[in-house]
Amino acid sequence: MIELNDVRKRFGANEVLRGITAEIGRGEVVCIIGPSGSGKSTVLRCINGLEEHDGGSIRVDGVHVDRHSPTIRQVRAELAMVFQRFNLFPHRTALENVIEGPIYVKNAKRDEATARGRELLARVGLAGKADAYPSELSGGQMQRVAIARALAMQPKAILFDEPTSALDPELVGEVLAVMRLLAEEGMTMLVVTHEIHFAREVADRVLFLDHGTIIEQGPAREVLSRPQHARTQEFLRRILKPI
Amino acid sequence: MARFLADSGEFLPILLQGLWLTILVTAGSLALSTLLGLIWALMRVSGVGPLQGLAKGIVNVIRGIPIIVQLFYIYFVMPELGVTLTALQAAIIGLGLAYSAYQAENFRAGIEAIDKGQIEASESLGMGWALMMRRVVLPQAVRIILPPYGNTMIMMLKDSSQASTITVAELALKGSLVAASTFKYTTVFTLVAALYLVMSIPLILLVGWLERRMQGGRR
Repeated sequence: MIELNDVRKRFGANEVLRGITAEIGRGEVVCIIGPSGSGKSTVLRCINGLEEHDGGSIRVDGVHVDRHSPTIRQVRAELAMVFQRFNLFPHRTALENVIEGPIYVKNAKRDEATARGRELLARVGLAGKADAYPSELSGGQMQRVAIARALAMQPKAILFDEPTSALDPELVGEVLAVMRLLAEEGMTMLVVTHEIHFAREVADRVLFLDHGTIIEQGPAREVLSRPQHARTQEFLRRILKPI
Repeated sequence: MARFLADSGEFLPILLQGLWLTILVTAGSLALSTLLGLIWALMRVSGVGPLQGLAKGIVNVIRGIPIIVQLFYIYFVMPELGVTLTALQAAIIGLGLAYSAYQAENFRAGIEAIDKGQIEASESLGMGWALMMRRVVLPQAVRIILPPYGNTMIMMLKDSSQASTITVAELALKGSLVAASTFKYTTVFTLVAALYLVMSIPLILLVGWLERRMQGGRR
């Protein structure tokens, strides 16, 4: 579904990705973990062409990802993205946020898109908030609207970029619950996260990134319970037992 | 006072003809400057090098020439190049062009103030540039752009009097013609000033209201 082959990216003198090779299969849930600055988010952003990679290749369902090629819109229509800071459209209601893509990008009929949009909002537990503006919602609610907006595009996979990092601790659970539901329904998900427990329970596989390379990868329980690499061990020790 | 009222009754119909031309010049040049300003601004934020450079050049040339010289150029020089315009047309084009540079800077600032996350969200939905501008960026930028836009409207209303330099008999010119032929300078120019105020004060209040509304929560 998503293939990365020796992907490289630098910002000026700073080499952020130093040859990432990975494959995410259909229906797989893969979590990317690692310290901040390790390049986790950059990997995601390269996959849907928000950033341009400098070397290697990325293919989504066989289509080459190239930010400057017309095919990028096809890639993006198949890959939805959920952002750390939600990035909802503040001038539109929750429902309008959800139906924006279907109506204006996929040319769906307004009444059909609206009906489906309401269903999706109900699915993320926000049936009553269809007409609320983002400024009237909590962080957790905003992120769930963002997930509904992603689902409305009927994507083949969803990229989550630290979806709970901007949330108050008590709101993290409601977002993770929705993500868990999607995983159980067989959605292909690539999740950059610091939620180790979520990764352990929901992910099929975990990639541990440090300084732009994949240090360790494997089945989630294995990597997170018995990390082989010293840096993975240290990272997990720090994140699971703060101070 | 009775004298003033009697004279006013006599002069007002003539001045109102001028007022009508002032409104025409202002409205016409406002529409043109908005359209051109939006084009320059969109070129500036297009990310396409040559378009950005061209728009920047156009804006700088326009900003660097006094409005009055631009009006003279369009009214007196264009006919030599084979383009003959009426004074009113020349005034609308000249003021519209001159103000498009300021409109462009305002629009660009408003567009660039939009959070980058909005652009990424639009891109990740598969939106193209034009759709993103129309559905996401411009509707949000309008809130930022409106208060300064209101100020530009007020300045344009007043600067429409520059059209008098190319023989458009708008309010200011009409006033000086009446005054010169009747020697009733006080009456005439009091009336002219009052007529400008009647038009500009509602605009000033509108701008104040927009600014207060801007400071409220974002919607």
